[in-house]
Formats: sequence, C-alpha cells, structure tokens
Amino acid sequence: MSLFSKENGAVFTGPINLNNPVAVQVLGICSALAVTSQLKPAIVMGLSVTVITAFSNVIISLLRKTIPNRIRIIVQLVVVAALVTIVSNILKAYVYDVSVQLSVYVGLIITNCILMGRLEAFAMQNGPWESFLDGIGNGLGYAFVLVVVGFIRELLGFGSILGFQIIPDSAYMDNGGLYINNGMMTMPAMALILVACFIWVHRAVNKEENK
Amino acid sequence: MEHFISLFVRSIFVDNMIFAFFLGMCSYLAVSKTVKTSLGLGIAVTFVLLITVPVDYLLQTKVLAEGALADGVDLTFLAFILFIAVIAAMVQLVEMVVEKFSPSLYNALGIFLPLIAVNCAIMGASLFMQQRILLDPETSTQAIGGVGDCIAYALGSGIGWTLAIVGLAAIREKMAYSDVPKPLQGLGITFITVGLMAMAFMCFSGLKI
Repeated sequence: MSLFSKENGAVFTGPINLNNPVAVQVLGICSALAVTSQLKPAIVMGLSVTVITAFSNVIISLLRKTIPNRIRIIVQLVVVAALVTIVSNILKAYVYDVSVQLSVYVGLIITNCILMGRLEAFAMQNGPWESFLDGIGNGLGYAFVLVVVGFIRELLGFGSILGFQIIPDSAYMDNGGLYINNGMMTMPAMALILVACFIWVHRAVNKEENK
Repeated sequence: MEHFISLFVRSIFVDNMIFAFFLGMCSYLAVSKTVKTSLGLGIAVTFVLLITVPVDYLLQTKVLAEGALADGVDLTFLAFILFIAVIAAMVQLVEMVVEKFSPSLYNALGIFLPLIAVNCAIMGASLFMQQRILLDPETSTQAIGGVGDCIAYALGSGIGWTLAIVGLAAIREKMAYSDVPKPLQGLGITFITVGLMAMAFMCFSGLKI
C-alpha cells in the first residue's frame, strides 16, 4: 500500500470540505465560536488543534491494540491532555499575547469533541499513517471555518486584518468620513449567526453531495 | 454573604456558560430537542459542577500552586491532566452513586451521564476558577477565594446552563411548525436562535448587586 494512494488522499481532503467537522459533523463548536473575534488567535487556535488532533490520532492508533476497551476514554483523555499541556506551554513561550487572548480555550482543546470524535471513530480502527492524515484533514477543516469567521469579524468589527488597519483613518466618522465599525461583530452573539451563515452557504453549495 | 450572592447571580446571567463563553455547546445543540431530556441533562451538569469545581479548587491551592507542596515546587503545568482526571473520576463516581440510590433518575439520564466527562462546560468552569483565584475580591465580583465561592460559582454556572438549554429546547419544540429555508433547517436555524438568545442575554451585562 502506497503512502499517497487515492484512498489516503480522500481521507485527507474529505474533512476539509465535504465532511467538514464544524459545518457537517457539528463537532468542536465551543472554541470555534469563542476565539474568532480576531484573525490571529483564530489561526493559532486552528493550527494548535490540527497538531494535537494529528499526533493524538497517531499515538492512539499505535496503542489501539493494547488499550483495554473499558478504560479507553480515560487513556484517550490522558494522551490528549498531555499533548495540550505541551502545546499550551509552547504558545506561552513563543506567542504570549495570543496565549493570553485565548485564555482557557487552549485548555479546553482537551474536551474538544473533534478530538474525541476522531479518536473514537477513526484512530481506534486504522493504522498510524491514515490516522495522521485524518487528523491533519480534520484539523484543517476546523481551522478553515475559524479563519473565515475570524476574517469577517475582524474586518467588520475592527476594520483591520491581522492587526493591520484596512479601512483608512480618514473614512471614519470621527475624522469626517462616513464609515463606522460594526460593534456587534465583536460580541459573542454575532459569532453564532456568522457560523449559521457559513453552514447555510456550505449546505446550499454542496446540496447534491450531501444527499 | 454579599459576595456569594453577587457571584451566584453574575454567573447565571452575565457570565452565562453558553451565551458569554460558548461552553458545552456540543451537547447543548445535540440534546436540546425536547424540554424533558434537556432539563435532566442540565441538572446532571449542575450536579457534576458542584462536586468538581470545589475539588479542583482544593487541588489547585493545596497541591499545584507554587510553593504549596514544598518551597520552589510549581506544578501548575500538571493542571490540565489532573483536572480532567478528577472530572472523569467524579463522573464515574456520580454514575455509580446515582445507579445505586436512584435507578429512576439513572434511567432518565441514560447516556448523558458518561458524556458529561467531555462536556467543555465542566472543564471550562475549573479553568476559569483557576484564573479567578488571582483576582482581588475587593474590586472584582468574579473573584474566587474559597470553597464557598466555588460552590456559589458552580451552582450559578450550572443553573445558567440549565436555563439556556431548557429555553432553547422550548423554542425548538415550537419551531418544528415553522417554514425554514431548506439549507438552513436543523443546525443552521438553531445557531441563529442561540445567537438571538445571546443578544437578549447581553442586556444583563451591566448587572451589579
């Protein structure tokens, strides 16, 4: 079996679009909503979840024949918690301001349903390499939703992208222009409505494939 | 006493687990189809919160915090693993106790009981508690300085979560008769409903007692 066969390609690309974990499987909603008020934390969160999903998938896939069935949830939780601790400390060391912004949501990756869902549904039955691809694919599918929502919320809520001002200063109401930032976009409520719109568009576009 | 009440009311309305922090969203969306089951899940979540937050508080202050075990020993990096272990063990314990003493409640909750272990609301409450120990109780109504505060916070968060899930379930029961655009049916319209509910809860944000 080759490493980049067609089946493995499908395992990798499926979750990014057709089988998107957030829009189709409805997993990992908590953090998808909470960290997207700006683009930068959304990207960092998406990458962290991708890395943790991939490596926890590999570890559980390697251990899958030795884990007794009754205690598998605890074993999975401990593996994930250890990986999250490592990632959380790396974030604190290299991107401290983002890690402060993400606050408890880094720790909450442990209870992210995407991780448990993939471990239960995929890594317990498949080999390490397929599990790794599946983890990366699902993580990127999750990151994709985060980036789209984060992009729209930062652009309309703060008038900037990644902290760089996009809307010129002179266009603002205070400086004699006509533009004003939409304060609603920075509120939690708009995250829910934007994700709803994302799901709406996603389902409308992929109507045939879902049937 | 005043601090208990303000912490309790604040965690129900202002710092609502669902509407302000999106915690426990997965089971919130999956289980909120009928009022009866969502009330059962809400009570179970409140119950587990009431046990795990004080236990995690004692762990954090007596074992993990810098200098708690011995001078110069800082074990806070173990917090994630220990907290999730406490939660998983407590959920198992609660499951056994409920099964032994109240089989009717055990049957009513069914599979929701073991699933509480991976509910973000439980883990989130412990992690927020860990952050809020450092706050000054004189200036902040969110500060948590003892086991009593933990109980007030856990009870408030649990009731807030229950309130949110029962409210959504009631709306969804009525919404079964509405004409919703096809791609928006199910999950999409539920999200928009929750968004509108969150907007309504935003009016509590200035609440002070």
